Amino acid sequence: MEQVELIDITKSYDKQKKVLNEISLSIEKGEFFVLVGPSGSGKSTLLRMIAGLEDITDGTLKINDKVVNHLPPKERNLSMVFQNYALYPHLTVEQNILFGLKAKKVSKVEQQERLRETAEMMGLSELLSRKPRELSGGQRQRVALARSVVSQAPLCLMDEPLSNLDAKLRANMRVEIRRLQKRLGLTMIYVTHDQVEAMTMGDRIMVLNDGIIQQIGKPITLYNEPANLFVASFIGSPKMNLGKAKFSTDYKQLIIEGVLPIEMDPLSVSERLKDVNLTVGIRAEHIFSGMEENATHYLEVVNVEHLGNETTLAFDIGTELWTAKWPGQWMINVGDKIPVRISVEHLCYFDSDSEELLKAATAGKSQEVVAI
Amino acid sequence: MSIASDLAVQNQDSMELVFKQVRKKQKIKSFIKGILFLSPSILLFSVFLFYPMLRTIYLSFFLTDASGSTTVFVGWQNYINLFTSPVFLKSMMSTFLFVLYTVPVTVIISLFLAVIANEKLKGVGFFRTIYSSSMGISVAAASVFWLYLFNPSMGFLNMIVEALGFEAIGWLTDPAWALVSISITTIWMNIGFTFLILLGGLQSIDSYLYESADIDGAGYFYKLRRITIPMLSPTLFFVITVTIINAFQTFGQIDILTQGGPANETNLIVYSIYREAFVNYQFGSASAQAVVLFILILLMTAIQFKFGERKVHYQ
Amino acid sequence: MTMGTGKKLIFYILLTISAIILFAPTLMALVMSFMSNQDILTGSLPTSLTLDNYKNAFERFPLFQYLFNSFVVSILIMIGQLVLCSLAAYAFVFLEFKGRDLLFYVFIATMMIPFEASIIPNFHIIRDLNWIDTYQGLTIPFFAMAFGTFLLRQNFKMIPKELKEASQIAGMGDFRFYLTVVLPVAKTSLVTLGVYGFLTSWNMYLWPLLATTNDSVRTVQIGLKQLQTQEQLNDWGVIMAGAVIVIIPTLILLFLGQKKLQRGLTEGALK
Repeated sequence: MEQVELIDITKSYDKQKKVLNEISLSIEKGEFFVLVGPSGSGKSTLLRMIAGLEDITDGTLKINDKVVNHLPPKERNLSMVFQNYALYPHLTVEQNILFGLKAKKVSKVEQQERLRETAEMMGLSELLSRKPRELSGGQRQRVALARSVVSQAPLCLMDEPLSNLDAKLRANMRVEIRRLQKRLGLTMIYVTHDQVEAMTMGDRIMVLNDGIIQQIGKPITLYNEPANLFVASFIGSPKMNLGKAKFSTDYKQLIIEGVLPIEMDPLSVSERLKDVNLTVGIRAEHIFSGMEENATHYLEVVNVEHLGNETTLAFDIGTELWTAKWPGQWMINVGDKIPVRISVEHLCYFDSDSEELLKAATAGKSQEVVAI
Repeated sequence: MSIASDLAVQNQDSMELVFKQVRKKQKIKSFIKGILFLSPSILLFSVFLFYPMLRTIYLSFFLTDASGSTTVFVGWQNYINLFTSPVFLKSMMSTFLFVLYTVPVTVIISLFLAVIANEKLKGVGFFRTIYSSSMGISVAAASVFWLYLFNPSMGFLNMIVEALGFEAIGWLTDPAWALVSISITTIWMNIGFTFLILLGGLQSIDSYLYESADIDGAGYFYKLRRITIPMLSPTLFFVITVTIINAFQTFGQIDILTQGGPANETNLIVYSIYREAFVNYQFGSASAQAVVLFILILLMTAIQFKFGERKVHYQ
Repeated sequence: MTMGTGKKLIFYILLTISAIILFAPTLMALVMSFMSNQDILTGSLPTSLTLDNYKNAFERFPLFQYLFNSFVVSILIMIGQLVLCSLAAYAFVFLEFKGRDLLFYVFIATMMIPFEASIIPNFHIIRDLNWIDTYQGLTIPFFAMAFGTFLLRQNFKMIPKELKEASQIAGMGDFRFYLTVVLPVAKTSLVTLGVYGFLTSWNMYLWPLLATTNDSVRTVQIGLKQLQTQEQLNDWGVIMAGAVIVIIPTLILLFLGQKKLQRGLTEGALK
């Protein structure tokens, strides 16, 4: 069942440039849906429009199959967690959590009932009489979540709720939020600029840039089959290695950035790749270390990062800087020429002009996704 | 199928209409709400500021009776009389001189006090309290203090003057000294407020600026000239314009110390308006003077708004 | 930053000399108020301290009445200003509506009109309302204040707008949000404005002089003027006792609220 449906949603201020352009999507009940994009992409605006905090310029917004464009926030039956938590500094944790219930005139008995339950769930029972300034960042975050949980609204909106936390805490809270959402069966719309957060938390992700949908899909789909160059470079860390490419006249070679020839089977080159300006992409983990016998190229290393569990290497490929990620520890120095193996089945092909994906890597799925 | 899509289109249109109506309603509602929050202020401003100001301008073209009702329309005559009246011209002259005497001295002394009271020294809080104390002293009380200090026979000031071997000064009775005496009183009264504001300005200057200057080996006066004064310029500008405006509005100390005398030497503009209106009952002529005061203050505030943002150094 | 002892000494000397000069008139008044008339007239240092001057001041003048009036007037003005300014500031910060910017300019424009320039019609209005010698005549004209509105506006602007949005989602109306969130959160700036309002009202001179004709609501400032003009010429001790009584409430308030006042005024003035 669809909980939230957006049909051609558009936003513009003063009839100027459109901040959001004809956004259509539907979010299922119980789904964890992530809106991700760089700052200024319009993702927060979109969330605020769903919340009712911003006017919808054009298009239709449905919640539970009901058009809600004209309804004020309180009649949309949703809760929201803000980036700065929006805790009332003069109220205690308890009063903060109960704030919305009091405004909605929920009975005293039920308020206490829900408060106890929520505080227990969020581990806040000991902190109820404290003021927000006496709490740590993680605790404040929990209070903000509790306020959302206690409202029992089926739809929860979150606007970059973790960006004020340090890296370690953020990783913890990701798991907690995710568990909470599943446990309560909430429909979640979650805005972030952090693609790691998007990948780790979302059932589905929508990538937004300049007010236009780039791609909607499962995290793995976005990673393996990025719909365009923007998604390819936005999703995944390190970003996908990209380079302009040209076929040799006999289609036996694909030459990347004019310096890196890849052997091809001319028969496998489909017609639609032949007449366009190509950009090809390859993930860092698909530039393998080559043994003497199967190495395809020798590349000069310009930078090495030892992370312990893996080693990241950088190479100059024409004007591009490519990276390779190898599991384990490798004793390699800057300036070494090392053998690598790059094979054609890991390449994604994009049209340089339209930036759209022409052909995804064929080897991707079969190797990466292990079904259990 | 075409009927279904027609229906859908119709449905779409009617929804659009509903949205439009709702949006319009919300706009009207938020307008009413805004006005409700502002209406108490607007009402009082209208009754006790805008209407009286317009009424003042209106009155300035009339002669009035003792109750303030207009009797004869005289056009610009009130203004013509003013600017040919030696008493009013003298009043204007005194007002400008008064501004000239008080403003620079007030600002310089307050700045000096703010700078020395901004050092991180033990017990500096006590000195700050002392320096700001005149802000808590009313015009009436301050005037009484100085009335005694200026007393020709037993006043403290003449005691000093005579101890130094000079002749006693008629601080408030000698036309050469009266305006100076009023100015001294005013400067003393204003220091508290200007000091407080300037100290606030000094404290808001980022300490990193001083630390990096220290690393560069800058001396005390170099820092004062190159960091403190430029960074303080918005505050200084504000303080100067406020002090000027206050000077134009001076009344209480004159009422208690000199009543405008001797020889109209201290008949500053507000006192002149007061006397003309509430002693002589010449409301028309008094209103014309009030309009002149209004224009002076208007110019000062306009200058403050216009240059306040641009000419001064913001971080 | 550390300072050498020599430099410190220079600063202490400067600080002390300045403090003595500035505080001398106040100190002198304080001392004189406890001196016998004999000592004052001969210009000697006090030979004995006495409370006679205070007794005389209270006996010969309705000082209690004046003080009470001043308290009533100052507190009324303070409350009026806090209510009106906070309401207006709320509208300018948290409400969006057509004409808001225009009204903001109207508020700015009020700063260009000095009360003194409109005092003649104001006097007539109060007279025609029969408000001469009433508390409302002394207070209501000062309730609306642009400076106070701007000061609170600056402070309200620092309240994250997410608080408002969270309340909107919770279904809380504007007036309740103003009462239960904005006012408590902005408590400090309200105190600042309150102190400022009280100080300026207590020290008001021209308007109470015009709007009172008898002792019923006359404020202590005008009372002091009466004291000074009516007291036989050389009874300075009594006059000074009156002046000290006048300044004590405001000095106490100033000493308590000096830090807040300084920060608040700088903010309201400059940002």
